[in-house]
Amino acid sequence: MTEFFQFLFSGLTVGAIYALIALGFSLIYNASHLINFAQGEFVMIGGMATVFFAAAGIELPLAAVLAVLLAVVVAVAIERLGIAPAKGTSAVGLIIITIGAAILIRGLAGIVWDRNFHSLPPISGEEPLVIMGATLLPQSLWIFGVTAVIALLLWFFFAKTLWGKAMMATAYNPLAAQLVGIDTRKVVLVSFALAGALGALAGVLITPLAPTHFQVGVMLGLKGFAAAIVGGLGSGLGAIVGGLVIGIAEAMAAGYLSSAYKDAVAFVIILLFLVLWPSGLFGLRGIERV
Amino acid sequence: MLLEIAGLASHYGRIRALDAIDLTVGDSELVTIVGANGAGKTTLLRTISGVQPASHGVIRFRGEDITRTTPARRVRLGISQVPQGRQMFAPMSVEDNLLLGAFTRPRHEIEPELEKLYGLFPRLKERRRQPAGTLSGGEQQMLAIARALMAKPDLLLMDEPSMGLAPRIVERIFDTIRELRATGVTILLVEQNAFAGLSVADRGYVLESGRIVLEGRAAELLADERVKAAYLGL
Ligand SMILES: Nc1ncnc2c1ncn2[C@@H]1O[C@H](COP(=O)(O)OP(=O)(O)OP(=O)(O)O)[C@@H](O)[C@H]1O
Ligand SMILES: [Mg+2]
Repeated sequence: MTEFFQFLFSGLTVGAIYALIALGFSLIYNASHLINFAQGEFVMIGGMATVFFAAAGIELPLAAVLAVLLAVVVAVAIERLGIAPAKGTSAVGLIIITIGAAILIRGLAGIVWDRNFHSLPPISGEEPLVIMGATLLPQSLWIFGVTAVIALLLWFFFAKTLWGKAMMATAYNPLAAQLVGIDTRKVVLVSFALAGALGALAGVLITPLAPTHFQVGVMLGLKGFAAAIVGGLGSGLGAIVGGLVIGIAEAMAAGYLSSAYKDAVAFVIILLFLVLWPSGLFGLRGIERV
Repeated sequence: MLLEIAGLASHYGRIRALDAIDLTVGDSELVTIVGANGAGKTTLLRTISGVQPASHGVIRFRGEDITRTTPARRVRLGISQVPQGRQMFAPMSVEDNLLLGAFTRPRHEIEPELEKLYGLFPRLKERRRQPAGTLSGGEQQMLAIARALMAKPDLLLMDEPSMGLAPRIVERIFDTIRELRATGVTILLVEQNAFAGLSVADRGYVLESGRIVLEGRAAELLADERVKAAYLGL
């Protein structure tokens, strides 16, 4: 049983990170029906930029804030320079643009920063809690807490504020949204900015547990995408549940079978859902086949 | 003139959907555009709202050239549309649909406007918490009209508000249109149902294959032999 709880804790921790990444996929998908495969790079920027800002002598909390802002700037740049000018391009074309952006960002990170692994100190110590014989790191508690707060803030924004409702309205019916005077281009831009911030935050939080590297965004992005597919692209609740499902499934497979299967789990789950249940657990509609 | 359109053309790719359209709508007028399937009526309203680009010509609203203005800005200037097919925010509540209709207005004006429209459409008040997608066709049409009115438009564009509705409901929609015009709202109405559309109007235009082929007082058009033959089934 101890083993089980150990795997569960590690699954929930990494699952909460996937949830934050998946929220980014869903935000952008809702605003523009686009799957942004540069989402993982925001996570990489969050971790790497914090490391290098800190190395430049900036206090850690400020370094993290600057890293999140940097990811927001990069996300906005992708939208302004890559997506907005490509108006009228097919869904596949837009996805290819985001993949291109991801490759560019990764390449730049490898040059501007470096190609080594880096870690960050945990937010509040490394003295683990022992629950049911299993250990839970304080950093995991931080990750749960931050993810929960973000989820609540997003829920409040989308369910209670007129601007949040306008963003949902753009997802449900972009034509009608324009006709009531919502600037749908601004909605897309805000979605990219939010997705950038969420991704980078995930990167800041996970780096103390899993070292970062200029290529770390590839796998984290794919896991977040898997989480979004499981939960249903576009659903906020789905992104969270999907993240936890992927995280737990992966931790259990790694623990009980072999850590060699860890990454395969997410891919098997993506394939199963895309074939058998494309709308996901909480999705309103299936994604267009791409 | 509230709305002036001169030499307007619009294309879908290489297909020309509108060609050399000249059209005006005066303050407090009700103007109807009639035309068959695919004549370009929806394209014309989409171009006026700015969700479809104009390839030639100018659109002026209260004298201001708005041909290249964003759709959002046109709503702020006072142009609101009841689109064909109603275009609900289906999973959202009736009330949220209405609130979004007032997206461009100052916050303090929204609540009073909402109450006013609930007074006009009590049925919507009863259903305010229900997802818009669960309303009947007639109720959705009422909601689409109410949502457009929440923007407090000076010019209301209506695209086939009677489409697909039972005759009894169609009558209610036209009653609503008459009430609206009695309160001074300027309306540009598009109708395939030429008789009903022209009956409420001051003036009318007949659109065929993207061109205006006839225009005049609504009463004259209703009496016109060509209109009778082509659109009134007489
Ligand atoms: N999105 C589009 N892409 C390509 N062609 C289009 C598009 N929308 C409309 N068209 C074409 O433009 C022409 C005008 O269409 P429009 O929808 O404006 O007609 P309409 O008068 O509103 O017809 P209806 O009474 O059926 O609503 C038609 O020939 C139509 O096939
Ligand atoms: Mg039409």
